[in-house]
Amino acid sequence: MNNRPEPTNAIEIRFMLNGRETVARIDPAERLLDTLRYSLDMTGTKEGCAEGECGACTVLLDGVPVDSCLVPTYQVRGRDVRTVESLTPQELQPLLETGATQCGACTPGVAVTGCWLRRHPELLETHSVREVMAGNLCRCTGYDGIVEGVEAAMRGDGMKKKA
Amino acid sequence: MRALLPNSLKEAMAMITAEPSPPTPMAGATDLLVHWPVLGAARDRTYLDLSALRELRTIRWDNGRLTLGAMTTYWDVVRDDRIGKEFPLLVAAARQVGAIQIQARGTWAGNIANASPAADGVPVLMAYDATAELISPDGKTSEVALDRFYSGYKQMAMRKDQLITAIHLPRRAHSFGVFEKVGARRAQTITKVGVAAAHSDAGWRIVVNSVAPTIRRCRTLERFLDAGGSGKPAHRPDDLVPLLAPDISPIDDIRSTAAYRRTVLARLIYHHLRGRTPAIV
Repeated sequence: MNNRPEPTNAIEIRFMLNGRETVARIDPAERLLDTLRYSLDMTGTKEGCAEGECGACTVLLDGVPVDSCLVPTYQVRGRDVRTVESLTPQELQPLLETGATQCGACTPGVAVTGCWLRRHPELLETHSVREVMAGNLCRCTGYDGIVEGVEAAMRGDGMKKKA
Repeated sequence: MRALLPNSLKEAMAMITAEPSPPTPMAGATDLLVHWPVLGAARDRTYLDLSALRELRTIRWDNGRLTLGAMTTYWDVVRDDRIGKEFPLLVAAARQVGAIQIQARGTWAGNIANASPAADGVPVLMAYDATAELISPDGKTSEVALDRFYSGYKQMAMRKDQLITAIHLPRRAHSFGVFEKVGARRAQTITKVGVAAAHSDAGWRIVVNSVAPTIRRCRTLERFLDAGGSGKPAHRPDDLVPLLAPDISPIDDIRSTAAYRRTVLARLIYHHLRGRTPAIV
C-alpha cells in the first residue's frame, strides 16, 4: 500500500487511531489526510478542496472535528484521531434514510461531523444543526436531506429501528 | 522541510536560538497548510511546531484582565460561557472565522501573527484594547498594544526570533459591542469588509478589516463618536464616508472592489450605531 520512498528526515510518531495505538514514520511535509490514506490504508477519509473549505476530509482530533488536509501529521503525536471508519452502520442509518447522500464525495466528512453532533446534543443549546454542519459542503443533494438525517439521528430514529 | 517539535516553551526558545535563522512558528496551521510546501524550494523551510505546548493553552482571569494563552483556539473561546458573557465579541468573531473544523484548530495568537488584513479575530481583540505578550530568546517578555502592533502589510512590532505567548484583554463594562463580517456567503468565507465596534468608559473603538493593509482602528470616526458628533451628527451612511476616509485605503481585488468596501463599511457602521450615540441619528 505504501510504495513511497522513505524520506531522508523521517519522523516517527505515535498516536491513537480509532482507539488503537498507532506508529507511523512520516515525512515532515505529510498532511494527516495523506498519512491516513497512503500510509495507514484508511481511505474512508477523502480529499476535496485541500484548503480547509469543503470538509470532505473531516476527522475527529481529540474529539473535535478538524480538516485533515490542514493538519501536518506530526501535530497528532500523542493525540487521539478518529476517522469515518470508526462509525458504526447504525450511526450512519439516519443519513441513508433521509437521502443525505448522492455522489458520496462529501459523505465521509458529513458523517463524521453529523455523528459528532449526535454525541454532543448540548451544542444545540447554542448552535443550529446548519451552523455545526457549515464546514461540510455538498454539491449534489442540497442540505435538507443532511440536516434531516442529523436531526433524525439526534432523535435516535435510525438507532431505534436497528435496535 | 524540517519540523522542530518542542514540548515546552523553554525548549522552543532554545531551538530558535540554535537555528541559523529563526524558524516559522506554527500553531493551528490553518493558514500555513493552505500554502503547504509539498514541492520545490519551499521544502527547505524549517517550522517550529508549538501545538504541544500545553502551558500556552490556558484561559486565565486575573488582575482585571482576561489572558488567553497563545495556543487558545477559537473553539476554546466559543465553549467558554464566561468569555461569552464578558467578551461577547470574541465569541461572535470565533463563530464566523470559519466552520467548526477551522475554529477547532485556529488560534487567536496565530491570527495576530499571520497578519492578514482580512483577519477576523484581530478586530475584536483590538476593539477590546488587547495586548500581545512576546517572549524573546533570552526569556524576557514584553507587551505590545495590538493597535500599535501593525505598521504596514505583514509588518509587525515583533522580531522573527520572538513568539507570542499570550493575549491580555482588560476587563471593562461595555455598553455596546458588535462584530459583523460581509463575505460571499455566511460560512467559511473570507471577509470582503468587516467591522468590530465597542463602547466602554475608555470610549468608542471602531476596528475594521479588509479595507486597509492591516487591521486598524478608525480613529477619526472614534473621535467624532466620542465627541457625540460635535453638534453635526451623521444622518445617513454617506455622512460617515469622509469620517472613515482618513483611516482606510480599500483596494479592488479578487473578492471585492474599493467602492463596495467603502460603501458597505459606512452602511454597516450606520446601521449598527444609529441611535446608540448622539453622533449617528
